[in-house]
Amino acid sequence: MSAPNFSDPSLLRGLTQRRFGRRDALKLSGLAATGAALAACGVQGKGASNSASAAPDAIAQFWNGKAKNGKLSFAGWPLYMDPKQPELKQFTAKTGIKVNYQEVIQEMGPWFAKVQPQLSAGQSIGYDLMVITNSFQFTQFRDSGFLAPLDLAKLPNYTKNAGDAYKKEAFDPGNQYSIPWASGMTGIAYDRSKTKRDITKLSDLWDPAFKGKVGMFSDIQELANFGLLAVGADPAKSTAEDWDKAAAKLKEQKDKDIVRKYYDQSYVDALGSGEVWITQAWSGDIFQKNISDGTDFQFVIPEEGGTIWTDNMTIPITAENPVDALMLMDFFYEVPIAASLASYINYVCPVPAAQAQMRADAGKLTGEDKDAALAVANSKLVFPTAAEYAKLHYYVAFESVSEQQKFQKTFEPIVLG
Amino acid sequence: MKNRVKRQLAPYLLVLPGGVWLLIFFAVPMITMLSLSLQEGDIVNGYRFTGHWQTYVDAISAYQTQIVRSLIYGAITTIILIALAFPVAYWIAFHGGKRKSTYLFLLLLPFFVSFVLRTISWRQILTDEGPVVSPLKSIGLVGDSFHILGTPAAVIGGLVYNFLPFMVLPIYVALERIDPRVVEASRDLYADPITTFRKVIFPLALPGVFAGVLMTFVPASSDYVNSEVLGSSGTTMIGQVIQAQYLVNSDYPTASALSFVLMAVLLIGVFTYARMLGTEDVMKVAAR
Repeated sequence: MSAPNFSDPSLLRGLTQRRFGRRDALKLSGLAATGAALAACGVQGKGASNSASAAPDAIAQFWNGKAKNGKLSFAGWPLYMDPKQPELKQFTAKTGIKVNYQEVIQEMGPWFAKVQPQLSAGQSIGYDLMVITNSFQFTQFRDSGFLAPLDLAKLPNYTKNAGDAYKKEAFDPGNQYSIPWASGMTGIAYDRSKTKRDITKLSDLWDPAFKGKVGMFSDIQELANFGLLAVGADPAKSTAEDWDKAAAKLKEQKDKDIVRKYYDQSYVDALGSGEVWITQAWSGDIFQKNISDGTDFQFVIPEEGGTIWTDNMTIPITAENPVDALMLMDFFYEVPIAASLASYINYVCPVPAAQAQMRADAGKLTGEDKDAALAVANSKLVFPTAAEYAKLHYYVAFESVSEQQKFQKTFEPIVLG
Repeated sequence: MKNRVKRQLAPYLLVLPGGVWLLIFFAVPMITMLSLSLQEGDIVNGYRFTGHWQTYVDAISAYQTQIVRSLIYGAITTIILIALAFPVAYWIAFHGGKRKSTYLFLLLLPFFVSFVLRTISWRQILTDEGPVVSPLKSIGLVGDSFHILGTPAAVIGGLVYNFLPFMVLPIYVALERIDPRVVEASRDLYADPITTFRKVIFPLALPGVFAGVLMTFVPASSDYVNSEVLGSSGTTMIGQVIQAQYLVNSDYPTASALSFVLMAVLLIGVFTYARMLGTEDVMKVAAR
């Protein structure tokens, strides 16, 4: 900056003459500062920068100069892997990459809210791979440009072994940002010894006989889906009118004190401790709970239908070890690995060839172990048939952000009641 | 000359660290929050300042139940705390003898463990099939679907448990300060023990009660851990709503607006309460 030119008389006058008092200046600057501060506090959005599709050059741009680092951090969900982590051990043995696996995600909303500030500041979230559900938070992640574009050429096992349905999911056409980890169904789990009868219908969740012993999900989409199905609406095609009806139905369930609590992943423990007898549940969790704790809980897809969702492996845009993460993603599509994972977690396996592998693996076992392994390999909850799929509904698809906000405002007061 | 300047500047310099502290850690977050509460938008496309007051109206109409419920829980907790803490503080102050500090230490001992952990352990004790409820059920005292967890009683119980020392300590300090000769004088003037308590001891302990109420009512009303861990869908407190709006739904404007509403309600409550008790005297005594 150059020195001010004092030869200009008007400037000189301006500098020497008192225009307004010091107090006035302070007042003004105070006001202006407050106003400026209020306006300056806006939260920057990341939308539109990377919304619709990842152009080929975006892939090249992201992956250029990235190399294998020999380590990665993996953000997963509870009950989504054998605690002994056999698959990860094989991966480390094969590639030398050390994996730090953490079960840090319990629900989509809190996870998005937790990592959003770092991601929008372009900082690492400490994880190179994360498993996220196809709920509206998936769209939020994608539209904010928080997901790294995947280089499908580096995912040969995925290309070869993934089931066709898993290559054309509506929430991520062309798998630009994600490939499935597992799919699952939302149905009802119950403790037969407490309910004293079989549960088959959604309306059982509204049964006053189970007052204070019914668990529902705190995830707004999961909760709303069951409300919608209970009033006879298909979530994927539901209108704002259906939402109001479903909300009223769910409110009735709550006002009559039938609902004990709205749970995240902790519903499994609540079922285990007898806090709830009957609860909304995710298909694989109950099988794992029965195996690991010797319990005998039941899981059903209600007659009125359940929902199906897909949890997806994604790489955060700020990942420090994306190449390692991509290698692990592809590793889970090797048939023996997919079979090993599915046989433990009991969720829908995106690799159809894994069923034959699981049957073959079961053949090598004997006695009860063999029966158990075969039961999983032939389970309709792990490899659903067309008849099973017909009973399942997809999530509400939002056309705009304002629609999603309206949905949220409709159901949120129920959970936060 | 130089000295005089220095002397004039001294108070300002002394206030400076505190002032900067307040500015950075109180004023700046407050302004940010006020701004957030008046913004519109969504988390993907960003929030922009539009001076949108409607958020306050919407937030209050959607969550007034939880605000009122939190204030009621806070008030009940505070009243129970006074009833529990006063005798304890009285006993330690007047009958504790040489072991006063031991008793105070015992009182504080559980608080060396994180309060979240302690609250969760209450969950284990009170759970539906746990050591408290199961025997009651098996001897048929209560029905099959009876439960303690998830009721308002469990939440208020948790609040009382967690805030007890914050009521005992200030009352104890106030009682401790009472000159024993004042009590003796009251006896000498033929006051019976009840009158002595009513006219001498209790009024002198009031500053302690006042401080205790401030230290418990405000945090208890805005607490969210106890209701989250021990409560159910029918006991949601406003703190949980604010937490969920910030950390689950990323709805910053609603969360900020609710925070301001809660703060305003609590401030009005505390000021009214201070007025009723005659703060000036209380503050004077407390400052002694």
